[in-house]
Amino acid sequence: MKIVVCISNVPDTTTRIKFLEGNASIDTSGIQWVINPWDELSLTRALELRDDPASGVKTVTVAHAGPASSEPTIRKALAIGADDAIRVNCEPADAFFTASQLAAAISKEGFDIIICGIESSDFNGSAVGGMISEFLGIPSVSSVSGLSIENGAPVFTREIDGGRESLKVPVPCVAIVQKGIAKEPRIASMRGIMAARTKPVRVYETVDTDCLTEIAGFEKPAPGAACKYIDPDDPARLIELLQNEARVI
Amino acid sequence: MSVLVFTENWDGKFKKLSYELVSYASAIAGMMNRKLTAFTIGRTGEEELKELGRYGADRILSLVNPALEVMDNRAWAKVIADLAEKEGSKVVVFSNNMTGKALAPRVSVRLKAGIASGVSRLPVSTEPFTVYKRAYSGNAFAGVVIKSEVKILSLAQNSYEIIEKPTGAIPETVEVEVDPSLAVTTITETHKQTGKILLTDAEIVVSGGRGMKSADNWAPLVELASLLNGATACSRPVSDEGWRPHEEHTGQTGKIIAPNLYIAVGISGATQHLAGVSSSKYIVAINNDKNAPIFEAAQYGIVGDAMKVLPKLVDAVKTLKK
Ligand SMILES: Cc1cc2nc3c(=O)[nH]c(=O)nc-3n(C[C@H](O)[C@H](O)[C@H](O)COP(=O)(O)OP(=O)(O)OC[C@H]3O[C@@H](n4cnc5c(N)ncnc54)[C@H](O)[C@@H]3O)c2cc1C
Ligand SMILES: Nc1ncnc2c1ncn2[C@@H]1O[C@H](COP(=O)(O)O)[C@@H](O)[C@H]1O
Repeated sequence: MKIVVCISNVPDTTTRIKFLEGNASIDTSGIQWVINPWDELSLTRALELRDDPASGVKTVTVAHAGPASSEPTIRKALAIGADDAIRVNCEPADAFFTASQLAAAISKEGFDIIICGIESSDFNGSAVGGMISEFLGIPSVSSVSGLSIENGAPVFTREIDGGRESLKVPVPCVAIVQKGIAKEPRIASMRGIMAARTKPVRVYETVDTDCLTEIAGFEKPAPGAACKYIDPDDPARLIELLQNEARVI
Repeated sequence: MSVLVFTENWDGKFKKLSYELVSYASAIAGMMNRKLTAFTIGRTGEEELKELGRYGADRILSLVNPALEVMDNRAWAKVIADLAEKEGSKVVVFSNNMTGKALAPRVSVRLKAGIASGVSRLPVSTEPFTVYKRAYSGNAFAGVVIKSEVKILSLAQNSYEIIEKPTGAIPETVEVEVDPSLAVTTITETHKQTGKILLTDAEIVVSGGRGMKSADNWAPLVELASLLNGATACSRPVSDEGWRPHEEHTGQTGKIIAPNLYIAVGISGATQHLAGVSSSKYIVAINNDKNAPIFEAAQYGIVGDAMKVLPKLVDAVKTLKK
């Protein structure tokens, strides 16, 4: 069985986001790029399955759509333990474009399960995973918080309102994962970092697709009103303000 | 040539979120001079369906087929895309909740429709179609221009007011076709908690962080939440420690919520935490460190020891209720 983990390359979440003059695009200077936190967790889960001989998972491939400058992020995933990688050489301009590129490349590679994160922490699109599954015409399971392999077939835990359910869909399929899929992201060992240098990264050129959306610019959220402090000995005052000023209780 | 809105039902019932969606979609239909069709999947009572007409739905459809009983993303997305094509819909609106995130991207590919997810405001223009969406985990809004003929929007929860605009529409039940080879999801087990206010539905949330010190100190926080008819939540280290269940973890890697009131107790206000709660209408911070970043995000603050402040708040709410 082969698992493909799609990883997106995002600014480290502790980076303060700044915009260039005119707010047309983000200021990338000084940004530390990392594997999207969800994708780090899906990679971890995929590797746990591969490392368990009973699962039948033989290889974990990471897939990324992006320019050569995002190779360090791919190498990091290889250092954590992925067996190999594919990269579609492009600027991932919009979700539809990105998903169609990934779908085309991954289908050439062959796979049983594709794992995507619920969202990229930069653009919060929550779209690429679902789109890949529709481009490939295969089932998808979303809100996945657990993935195991039983008797050679994947079993998913899906979060639903106020609970969760266990379910099955046949392979090939796409899992769109969220919290719970793995506990802590696996980190690269020194040996892993050395090994990653020689692991194969296959580069694909783009297929012909449109971008359906474009960014017109950014806006910073309006700064909130300054905090109003209440005497810690008089919390009743807070309740009064919440009732009569904010009108939320 | 309509605007189409998918209103999910939960065991045949709608929620506030459904009416927010209809209100939002109705405003867009108004901007574009189109009719609004609201639809749901699965059997829903006549009276419940009629409610959608109170918020501006000109047509109300209940799509039924036994094969749609279990949500299979592929089968459901096909049914929705077929309906959009039949209706000639120019805009399709979803919620940006779990179901919306599961379906909207698939419908997008089927209709070759560009998507803007997590929108919280009306489009600033419809020609070109430009709408702002949440980006960088709440640290910015991105203006998205959707260039395709059909547009898909998913609305962030609790971000749009419910507006009454009765139409008197009579609901219609539509037997839809489902290709059986598409509906392949089989559920083997379901766990559901009942009787609790769901975190994602709650209008008031009381949340605790590492400043709560241990799993044993939660009683006054839980009491405060229940007195306020709210839900409880926590920061990530708290659920990692096992002090509180994982479903309660809010933030970038947990649940993203937007209640009317978020009370953060003993939470420092790390960016990853704020990513999940910064869309709350009001944030109250209770923290013994006056320099904690949470106070920058809060409208009301108490600098003090949570263990002393919480019981006093509980008393104050009890007095108020008398
Ligand atoms: C990739 C990534 C993703 C993450 N995702 C999330 C996420 O989704 N959600 C999340 O919450 N975190 C997340 N984190 C962790 C985040 O960075 C913070 O570490 C975390 O939010 C801190 O939790 P806290 O505020 O409870 O604890 P702390 O930062 O330890 O803060 C405790 C606070 O309690 C106060 N305090 C102490 N004693 C008292 C007292 N007696 N009375 C009142 N106040 C007191 C302290 O002054 C302090 O401000 C993530 C981190 C990373 C790297
Ligand atoms: N450029 C990309 N390359 C590879 N995978 C991606 C890319 N962009 C998004 N993804 C995958 O899609 C998920 C959701 O991303 P998004 O739709 O951008 O919020 C991510 O968690 C990744 O798994």
